[in-house]
Amino acid sequence: MGASTVGGMNRQGERGAGAPQAARRRAEARAGRIAAGVTELERRLADLLHGGFASAAQGGRGPWQETAARMVDAQAPGLAASVRELGATAAVGADWPARLLERCALLHLLGQAYLRVDRLPEGLAATVRSRVGVAVDTAALAESVPPLRDHWLVLSQRDGGDGRLATRRIWLHGRETGRTALLLSYGGGGRAPELSLDVGLGLDADLLFHPAARPLRATLAARHAAPVRRSAPPPGGDTAAALRAYGEALRDDPWLDSWPVVLRDVVPVPDPRLGWQLADARGDSAISVDARCDDRRGLWQLAAVSGGGPVTVFGECGHRGFLPLAVWGEELVPLRV
Amino acid sequence: MDTDVSWPDLVATALLGTGRRGSPVPCRPGQDAAQALLDAAAVHTVRRRAGALPGRARRRPGPAPDDPRPPLPPAARRRLTGILDDRAGPAGGRRAAGPDLVELLPQWLAAANGHGYRAQDELLPGLLDAARARTGLRPGALTLAGPRGLWLARLNPQWAYALRTPAPGGPPPAPGDAQRTWAEGLFAERSAVLATLRRHDPAAGRALLAGTWATERAEDRAAFVGLLREGLSAADEPFLEQALDDRSRDVRALAAELLAALPGSALAARMTGRARRCVSRPGPLVTVEAPHACDAAMRRDGISADPPSGSDRGSWWLGRIVEMTPLGFWPGRLGVAGAADAVALPVAGGRRADLHAAWCRAAVRSRDAEWARALLGPATAPPVPDGSPGRDPARLLSVLPPSERAAWAGRFVAAHGLSEAFRLLAVCEAPWARPLGRAVVDALVAAREAGGYPWSFSGVMGLAERCADPAEADRLAGAGPGPGPDHWTEAFARLEGTLRLRALMMRELEG
Repeated sequence: MGASTVGGMNRQGERGAGAPQAARRRAEARAGRIAAGVTELERRLADLLHGGFASAAQGGRGPWQETAARMVDAQAPGLAASVRELGATAAVGADWPARLLERCALLHLLGQAYLRVDRLPEGLAATVRSRVGVAVDTAALAESVPPLRDHWLVLSQRDGGDGRLATRRIWLHGRETGRTALLLSYGGGGRAPELSLDVGLGLDADLLFHPAARPLRATLAARHAAPVRRSAPPPGGDTAAALRAYGEALRDDPWLDSWPVVLRDVVPVPDPRLGWQLADARGDSAISVDARCDDRRGLWQLAAVSGGGPVTVFGECGHRGFLPLAVWGEELVPLRV
Repeated sequence: MDTDVSWPDLVATALLGTGRRGSPVPCRPGQDAAQALLDAAAVHTVRRRAGALPGRARRRPGPAPDDPRPPLPPAARRRLTGILDDRAGPAGGRRAAGPDLVELLPQWLAAANGHGYRAQDELLPGLLDAARARTGLRPGALTLAGPRGLWLARLNPQWAYALRTPAPGGPPPAPGDAQRTWAEGLFAERSAVLATLRRHDPAAGRALLAGTWATERAEDRAAFVGLLREGLSAADEPFLEQALDDRSRDVRALAAELLAALPGSALAARMTGRARRCVSRPGPLVTVEAPHACDAAMRRDGISADPPSGSDRGSWWLGRIVEMTPLGFWPGRLGVAGAADAVALPVAGGRRADLHAAWCRAAVRSRDAEWARALLGPATAPPVPDGSPGRDPARLLSVLPPSERAAWAGRFVAAHGLSEAFRLLAVCEAPWARPLGRAVVDALVAAREAGGYPWSFSGVMGLAERCADPAEADRLAGAGPGPGPDHWTEAFARLEGTLRLRALMMRELEG
């Protein structure tokens, strides 16, 4: 998803450069190139499954790199990123054939969806295009979607990304609408991303949600007042409700890795050996914490704030487990995970 | 779509290839086996992800104890967050121009604890990490972290050090708790219990150790004996005397050292007897005769027969004997009133350096301010060149009370400048008393006027940043631009900036 937006930024300058017909012709030409790329990717996936992962694993990463480069040529950076992930999964770690098959299958599903994109419902079609790598033109967004005004609470701001491009993910929650939104901001060449919002701030502002089957990604538009500090948590649920929310989101977008949720009354159970859990304060259910943040300082911050008692936690709930991003203690505390 | 086929079957087929195994699911018209496999795998994957259920909770940690202290004021909390994040940041990423905030952490912690604050919960992991890396931070950091910090440290093996660092000023453990922890606890927890007990009830601590002594491993015995230094008294002598016959060499050496620190002990009396045979004053001169052998009794009392390579055996044995003899023996033996007179006596046969070096070690070990003061001499006397055998003015200085230390170092700097001053300044407590800070700043200004280079004084400059009274910032600003190289302007600006920052940090703690 990240790569697709970069493409979008690069192309913003083209907007308005010609008549609407010319823009449409360009879009159609690009759609044709992507479709050709998808067809080629489908063929390569079929070849991979025909020959088997075991024999392909002997070929190293070379073939994956080559396929990824073909997807870049086809102007489908989203597919290129997915193919690179396939290459990183193959023959790496325990249980890799199962993980590789999952990724291949979901990529195949995306390819099949793109080849039928004109027949899909509008929201799902937008999701498929964005996952393939057709960026939403954020500058044109204001003309196509209505702004959503609310008091948005900044839940989390977290930086990531590779060495070349810093990616900042900011989660917001609207007090009146109950909607959760994800703002992305990028910084290239060693610069920090431009947008920075303090966790715990409340913004009276307009958001423009990017079209999708499950709109989540948004762009910050007009701000109506100076930000104020507020931190009352949004409504939340138990661990079963969190997993259910992710499951329901998958119904609309089967490619989602995770879904933002608020866990209410959970107790962090630290276990550096077996992996951390967040356990319901009542009952004996628990959700495992995403193993990728094991032993990071943020988890210990979470345990410290909890002090063994129930807390309310915001994070991303997905198939890898739960990634905690903020906890409500004496106030809303961002976690360094 | 047929989804009856199991996920492991799909994975096995994917691994070997549909070319070899065929498709485990039926193909739709126009679809080949590989595509049918991918379709089925996609359904399986999404279904499994969407249908995930919570697992079974493992044992939850017990509740953290309450901490009734007030939390850090907002500005101080942001300050500490910044310092701890800076530490966690990329190594070497520190800006050369700005002060190293981590260096200011010890005095910040002391000030924060002086106000009686607790750290906010989310700061505890950063505090525990910082104190794990730097032992000097531990007492201050653990005090600020309080009972919840200890509760947290119990959950993370990386913070085990916190369990064996006795909480300064903490309450004594209840007798039953102490017994149980001693019997069942981890090494770190047992050490903490023993150390705390020794502070409140030394006899109970010794009894605890004596009860299990025979079954402890050698390295644990050595560690535990070392903890008896806290609360050491004549009552410990029988126990230590029997430890002189321990199987472990480390235990024997430690026991001897502790017994030597008890002026009334039998070991001290034995050492005094040996010292009497070696040192006398038949006339105006002190005469010294080194022992000719190291017998079994001497070895039992902690004198190793073999000196470190390079020393003469007789001088080595003599030094050990004098070092382990109570200092109170000497004035009487030498026929003088006190330490100052003893130090001033001439010594025959070129043995003065040996004798004084051993007295220095004894003064440092027994923290005897009178002898340390006498051996140091006046601050205005010519400094001992660095590396002189046996004389270590900085260690002697560290025995004096803090205010006297600062005054002595201030006079030394005023008389001799900064070139020999670094180690002396390093043992002065921060923040420095006003006269010491003034002397150092004056000496820096003088060095600038003399055409020196600031990097020749970088060590002193760093100490001054951390330790000088922030009020010196105004004097620095008043010093104006100097005649010498321009690097001084930068160095003084940095020093002044850090002093002002320290003043700001202290104000933030006022709330």
